[in-house]
Amino acid sequence: MADLPDQRNQDPWARLRRHTSARIALGRTGVSLSTARNLEFQIAHAQARTAVHSVLDLDLLEQQTGPLIRTASRAPDRAAYLQRPDWGRRLDDASAQALEAQPKGADIAIVLADGLSSLATQDQAPGFLAAFLPMLDGLSVAPLVAATQARVAIGDEIGAILGARMVVVLIGERPGLSAADSLGLYLTFGPRLGRSDADRNCISNIRPGGLAAPDAAHRAAWLVREAFKLGLSGVGLKDRTVTVDALPE
Amino acid sequence: MYGTSLGGETYRFADLKSLMAKATPLRSGDQLAGVAALRDVERVAAQVALAELPLKTFLTEAVVPYETDEVTRLIIDTHDAAAFGPVSSMTVGDLRDWLLSDSADSAALAALAPGLTPEMAAAVSKLCRIQDLILIAKKCHVVTGFRDTVGLPGHLSTRLQPNHPTDDLRGIAASILDGLMYGSGDAVIGINPATDNLHATVQLLHLLDEIIHEHGIPTQSCVLSHVTNTMAAIEEGAPVDLTFQSIAGTQKANESFGISLALLAEAHEATLSLGRGTVGDNVMYFETGQGSCLSADAHHGVDQQTLESRAYAVARRYRPLLVNTVVGFIGPEYLYDGKQIIRAGLEDHFCGKLLGVPMGCDICYTNHAEADQNDMDMLLTLLGTAGINFIMGIPGSDDVMLNYQTTSFHDALYARRVLGLRPAPEFEDWLDRSGLMAKDGGFTPAARPPAVLSQRLSLLEAG
Repeated sequence: MADLPDQRNQDPWARLRRHTSARIALGRTGVSLSTARNLEFQIAHAQARTAVHSVLDLDLLEQQTGPLIRTASRAPDRAAYLQRPDWGRRLDDASAQALEAQPKGADIAIVLADGLSSLATQDQAPGFLAAFLPMLDGLSVAPLVAATQARVAIGDEIGAILGARMVVVLIGERPGLSAADSLGLYLTFGPRLGRSDADRNCISNIRPGGLAAPDAAHRAAWLVREAFKLGLSGVGLKDRTVTVDALPE
Repeated sequence: MYGTSLGGETYRFADLKSLMAKATPLRSGDQLAGVAALRDVERVAAQVALAELPLKTFLTEAVVPYETDEVTRLIIDTHDAAAFGPVSSMTVGDLRDWLLSDSADSAALAALAPGLTPEMAAAVSKLCRIQDLILIAKKCHVVTGFRDTVGLPGHLSTRLQPNHPTDDLRGIAASILDGLMYGSGDAVIGINPATDNLHATVQLLHLLDEIIHEHGIPTQSCVLSHVTNTMAAIEEGAPVDLTFQSIAGTQKANESFGISLALLAEAHEATLSLGRGTVGDNVMYFETGQGSCLSADAHHGVDQQTLESRAYAVARRYRPLLVNTVVGFIGPEYLYDGKQIIRAGLEDHFCGKLLGVPMGCDICYTNHAEADQNDMDMLLTLLGTAGINFIMGIPGSDDVMLNYQTTSFHDALYARRVLGLRPAPEFEDWLDRSGLMAKDGGFTPAARPPAVLSQRLSLLEAG
């Protein structure tokens, strides 16, 4: 976050800030924020608003991930996308036809979606895939799919058309003030239209400073194996991994 | 079929849910669902027709079918006809007039609550201006307790929300200590965990339990995980004070959350059996928000504000300590801008309180909505005036895990100072006793950490 000078209103426990990105020990004037702290917030809000409206650069992404099947949702632009989540959950006709032409029946389909922060997909998806794909021993993976103006549920339609047994959607999460580049992962066993959030498992905050890509990949690979073992995903599949992210740094 | 004539034109509404939807003040979620009035004059016509509707209609015509929806069955099967008696011959318009009258005092409103269905509360709210929503809600007192007492008139509590992007225990402890220094946390110290991981949930529960007992804080803890996760944690012997769950106003939406009424009853029993409360036995914490049914494609053509009110019928069944409408979290496709968020927050508080639910509000917005801090200041001031039980408290308004903005520790102190609202009495005593904040009405935090917090602070500072 921006750091404007403010000597007069510090809290004496400011050293605790190294444990968290949260805005702790802000100090106060009376019971209110100082001018410097207040302006820092306004800067961050303006930056986050900008991230919401940025565009996913598919050429650049492809350089890092290899070939992508490019698909788009039924939302024609960002403004429509923000107001019509139903459009963002479905493929447009051209995209659905393009997918129909692909080989069917892989174990896992993987979708790279822009969601509410294409910055997150742009920056985090390649690193995550580099860690995750080698962990999928013995499972077949469908050609990677990119989806723009997309919501999580677009993976259900993509997975169904590809005849995949499972779909993993990597999607940009809503930008916050401190992190505009946070990637989410949604795993759905047996993808088809009409799946609900209770059918999915989620791993959020994949980014440097959040859940690091190798830890996220480890957790995701565990969920993939368990989902295949149980034949389901969602609330019936409890994440019982003991990973390093919950321990002190 | 309902209808009315206005300016020489006749307006017809096919059924009760259509009448309710068309009478609802404009919001993007109802437009998205295709149920909103198309013109302002159609909306007023629906309000005129709704005002003339006998309240009894709501007992015979369901907006979501009784046969296929267990929330409707709960509403109808538990309706208290005796409590409904005093208003049973009224129309919706009559009810608004009576609620505003001086005969509707706090005792009368508390007695009426079990006689009202959520649809009645929603209907009357649609006829209310913002000042009506405030004036009536302020007369409704819903008081609950666990280790302290929340919701007493003249008091405003806060949920200390020390979220961290990876559930780092030191990072969470740092935010908790920061919040306690600012007098936050008397409603609950409640963490949204970053994952559904059971091991992480249990670790967080132990951290919260240690901090609360080490410092003798009269408050309660909660990790806001799925109800089945908390039940698994209880089975593992973890220290669970409150069980959390997101709930909604239709069976299908609740199914999309992976819950049923039977599951909530089971969780309620399991949590009660731990007997960890000292001043009360309200052990559930629920969160709701307009738009959740539509988001789950489970709205049955009913407007989002009516469905939200139905979620309060689910909540009150399990005598919760806290019910929190997370009003601006869901995004602009449901509540487009600050104006819609402000009205929705006040409607939710009004309907919940009228139904006897201990309402709080997560006064919040996301970065893709047309809203900012000024809108939150307005809603905070209005809800504080209306007698809201609790709000959120987060460092600098910025939730670094959930990526949205809610009220800060500073914001709560602003509201307490401007409106003269005190923390929960047991908690206020503790703040005073431990040197964190004197009980003088100035709500000024101590400049330096007092002895009670210094040990954990120096451990963290050194760590």
